[in-house]
Amino acid sequence: MQTVVSQTSPPKKSILYDPKVRGVFYQVLLVAIVGYLFWIAATNAIENLQRAKIASGFGFLNNTAGFDISQTLIQFSAAGSDYGDAFVVGLLNTLIVSAIGIFFTTILGFLIGIARLSRNWMVAKVAMVYVETLRNIPLLVQLLFWYIAVLGPLPQPRNSIEMGAGFFLNSRGLFMARPVYTADAWAIPAALVIGLVGSFIYRRWAKAQQERTGRQSPVGLVTLGLVLGLPILTWIVLAIMGANPISFELPRKGTFNLTGGMQILPEFVALLLGLTTYTAAFIAEVVRAGILAVSKGQTEAAGSLGLKPGQTLRLVVIPQAMRVIIPPLTSQYLNLTKNSSLAVAIGYPDLVQVFMGTVLNQTGQAIEVVVITMGVYLTISLVTSALMNIYNRRVAIVER
Amino acid sequence: MELLGEYTSMKKALISIAFGLTASLLATGASAQATLNSVKQKGFLTCGSNTGLAGFGLPDAQGNWTGLDVDLCRAIAAAIFDDPSKVRYIPLAAKDRFTALQSGEVDVLSRNSTMTMSRDTQLGLDFPAINYFDGQGFMVRKKLGVSSAKELNGASICTQQGTTTELNLADYFRANNMKYEVVAFATSDETFKAYDAGRCDAFTTDASGLYAERLRASAPDDHIVLPEIISKEPLGPAVRHGDNQWGDIVRWAHNAMLNAEELGVTKANVDQMKGSDNPEIKRLLGTEGKFGEAVGLTNDWAYRIIKHVGNYAEVFEKNVGEGSKLKIKRGQNALWTKGGLQYGMPIR
Amino acid sequence: MSTTVDIPRFVRAKQVEALPPPNLARGPIAWVRENLFSGPFNTLLTLVVFYLLYVSVPPLVKFLFIDAVWSGTDRAACRADMGGSETGACWAFIREKLGYFTYGSYTVSERWRVDIFFALLAIGVGWLLWLKAPRRDLGAVYFFWLFPILSYILLTGGNSDFSGRFWIGFLIFGVLLIALFAFVAAILKTSLRPALIIAGGIVAVIGITLALMDIDFGLRHVPTSLWGGILVTLLVATVGIVFSLPFGILLALGRRSKLPIVRMASVIFIEFVRGVPLITVLIMANTMLPLFLPGDMTVDRLLRPLIGTALFASAYMAEVVRGGLQAMPKGQYEGAMSLGLNYPQMMILIILPQALRIVIPGIVNTFIGLFKDTSLVAIVGIFDVVKTIEASRIDPNWAAPTIGLTGYAFAALFYFIFCFGMSRYSLGVERRLAAGQKR
Repeated sequence: MQTVVSQTSPPKKSILYDPKVRGVFYQVLLVAIVGYLFWIAATNAIENLQRAKIASGFGFLNNTAGFDISQTLIQFSAAGSDYGDAFVVGLLNTLIVSAIGIFFTTILGFLIGIARLSRNWMVAKVAMVYVETLRNIPLLVQLLFWYIAVLGPLPQPRNSIEMGAGFFLNSRGLFMARPVYTADAWAIPAALVIGLVGSFIYRRWAKAQQERTGRQSPVGLVTLGLVLGLPILTWIVLAIMGANPISFELPRKGTFNLTGGMQILPEFVALLLGLTTYTAAFIAEVVRAGILAVSKGQTEAAGSLGLKPGQTLRLVVIPQAMRVIIPPLTSQYLNLTKNSSLAVAIGYPDLVQVFMGTVLNQTGQAIEVVVITMGVYLTISLVTSALMNIYNRRVAIVER
Repeated sequence: MELLGEYTSMKKALISIAFGLTASLLATGASAQATLNSVKQKGFLTCGSNTGLAGFGLPDAQGNWTGLDVDLCRAIAAAIFDDPSKVRYIPLAAKDRFTALQSGEVDVLSRNSTMTMSRDTQLGLDFPAINYFDGQGFMVRKKLGVSSAKELNGASICTQQGTTTELNLADYFRANNMKYEVVAFATSDETFKAYDAGRCDAFTTDASGLYAERLRASAPDDHIVLPEIISKEPLGPAVRHGDNQWGDIVRWAHNAMLNAEELGVTKANVDQMKGSDNPEIKRLLGTEGKFGEAVGLTNDWAYRIIKHVGNYAEVFEKNVGEGSKLKIKRGQNALWTKGGLQYGMPIR
Repeated sequence: MSTTVDIPRFVRAKQVEALPPPNLARGPIAWVRENLFSGPFNTLLTLVVFYLLYVSVPPLVKFLFIDAVWSGTDRAACRADMGGSETGACWAFIREKLGYFTYGSYTVSERWRVDIFFALLAIGVGWLLWLKAPRRDLGAVYFFWLFPILSYILLTGGNSDFSGRFWIGFLIFGVLLIALFAFVAAILKTSLRPALIIAGGIVAVIGITLALMDIDFGLRHVPTSLWGGILVTLLVATVGIVFSLPFGILLALGRRSKLPIVRMASVIFIEFVRGVPLITVLIMANTMLPLFLPGDMTVDRLLRPLIGTALFASAYMAEVVRGGLQAMPKGQYEGAMSLGLNYPQMMILIILPQALRIVIPGIVNTFIGLFKDTSLVAIVGIFDVVKTIEASRIDPNWAAPTIGLTGYAFAALFYFIFCFGMSRYSLGVERRLAAGQKR
């Protein structure tokens, strides 16, 4: 090691003391060590695979799967599908539970985050207890609680709980009516598109008018009316004309299960409940921090302009808080997506359960399967953080 | 920058530690050698066992293991060390079992594993013996009123993922043109508990497993096992492909127990039988010929097995037969002389 | 001002008693009015919350305490059809299985060793976390070196039984290492003494560690397959923190390094680990690790998830430490350099002590995350608290309707106490640090 004394002595012109040379040396050393470790691992792996006669390569993706999966968003059958299809099924199942989870957890998280700052003492305290409890208990325990303790004791299909409107609840999940479309059904999405376009045009007109005259228009109500009302109106009109575009197929009691209709697996429900309530606790904290980050002067200024508290929150505080909220919020979304892999503990067929579970066991090709699975999560997370960086650059405060 | 160019001694020190540790680790991982030698050197056998299946491999509260598969490991240990207790059991889930064997973590996998062609030829395994002929069956609740697997159209069925069971199930329902909802779990515990809690109408696994698991139901008498057997499940110990000597030892440990049953040699009378004139018994017990030495054991290897563990019938009855809670009939596992499939290869 | 007053005027000679505040502005009633019923919307909210509490709290209390079954020896106590009660939690089950939840299947006669491990852990954690504790540097040595060795010996039984060949190998390694250091010092023309002290120190530390592991203390060997319950949960968490803090610091330094390859390697590692779920890392450690090792070298089944969680936690720790390093004003670096300190000296003596201090809350938060994540080892078949509960749940002796719920309530309570405690601690430190910064 170099000591202080040696540095006070007159500098020697040795290349060993050139920081650049040293830098290169240490990096070469690092590369050599890492390379050596990789090389050892690779040669061992090759030797082990050969000795154990384990096949390698990605050809197995085209082999017939031979097993069934409980929830498939695409056509999947044991005989007609291959491991590649199983991968797609798992991936889609992961994505759908994550997407729906993100939707609900955002709503719940914002509500609780705002509630924590409520001036109503009861509301604030209850929100705090919620956050502290859910945050400090592992998600796995919560998932098992939902799946086994809450959804487990539901009645058998023969004694299903009838919730009306075609909804049934039993130990096999939630059953509901499935819409069956006729040839005329195209009119409804068409009405929806018209509604969307109409509301967009109205919104622009309303904004222009407000800038010109200062008068506000009921944008929200009109949009709601156009987007929801128009398709419903179309449906009613069609139904009156005798060409009902959508009929519903109700679940019926079969020998074992309810047949027909749509079924939502209890594993899905448990996972969704667990992910939503758990992540909401974290999002609530993010939202709270974001709102607290907006200086009080902003609220006071808004008040002195005559804005109502609701308007202040909506027009002044939230837009500024969003700047602080969005980056950590995205990382919570990513966490939710990654946490959905805990599905494996309760038997929901997500990517990890199907691919790293069944496919890995049936083929024995650990390396390929692990690489593919990790690659998927890595891609999701890298793409998200790339988008986040772009967003951050756009919203960054331009300082003088 | 000056200071960062001076990366170091700390890093350097760390690297040397890393190097040293790698070196020492590699040093302890002795060079490749035959399994028998390494077992003898260690002084015990590592046996991959079930995480807990009554009758086949189940630890009690004190960590003592019992079961048919466990007794095979004890037999191998007895043959090598003359002491059936020199076994360390490593409980393995279905999805970990073959990796554990391939990587050398266990010397033998005795964990009701089905022998299949792909496992034998593609996973680098050998199945030297079949110690239990089984087949896949279904269990349902009595109150469903189902009496045949053919009536299960539309049912929800719980199964364990990563097993042949999962594949057979798909085949069976496809072949019979029936619909079903599969609910797959990672471990046998989760699978059975889900069935017990009413998540599924039927539970499927090897028939022996059905009887074993039924004991764990909250009300065992509420469940029945359906008569259909939908697959062939030859269950047996597995060893790594390529070490033939070790495979031989496992194969003949099982065959010694079968031969002992055929010849009427039991745990109780084995000492007496040592004086028998029957040449077959003499060869079995090592008083004639040098059969043990040929596989790297002593000549009284089979004597040791029978003395410490017993013959196949004794082991069967004690663990899964009438002497146990499972009460499984010998059926296919009877000796060939009694209409079964168990056939002790001649020691000659 | 003059005190003499000669102008006649009205002066009150005595102070008037303060009037009581108006009833509606202070006191509990006003508080309730202000905080709960200040407007129609607020009133509605309060009522809704009251209703929610009314719906959820009494049944919970009833289940957990009032209707709970506190004693019993088997399922009969918690099954209505066998004369028990099944409307409340079955705490009898937890009492009966507490030994299993704490130690797993650890040999009963040897469980005192686990108790000592718990005590040693408590001492280490207390020493490090109590900011006023004496000699916290010694505490660090204890926690990161002595304690792991002692725990290893206590829990496994020690007596690794290295061969003579191994010790000869180690001797050669030691001599070579010292020679290498001396050689490097010679080329760099620096004084030999510090080089020899460092090399000798490294050899001595490793040597003592190995020797302690080798000595036969007469403890019975307890294979890791028997370990379980709280023991394993705390073990995974402890190994995670003991390993992830130093490794995380190195990674953070690497990420801030000016050397492109070092930086890239650190960034790749950190981003890779943070991009994938822990469960995939654990499954990888379980299935792929054996393939990367030579033929008959195996890694203990418990060690694999330990390695997995430790690596996983290091990446998160690295980001926390990086935050601390970035928060250091540039003047600190420049000051250190102007004193002529080299990089390791600057980092160890000046930067890290300050940087780590400000990120203590972040470190504790990462540790809370790590502690919760340890539950995932249950999925790869390690008997931690969750897995022991899962395993007991299927025990036919305790087959009763409320067993699952009771088990999860116990697990939730266990994790909550630890995590909530740690988060309170972290908040406290944060407040203290903030107070130190205030002027």
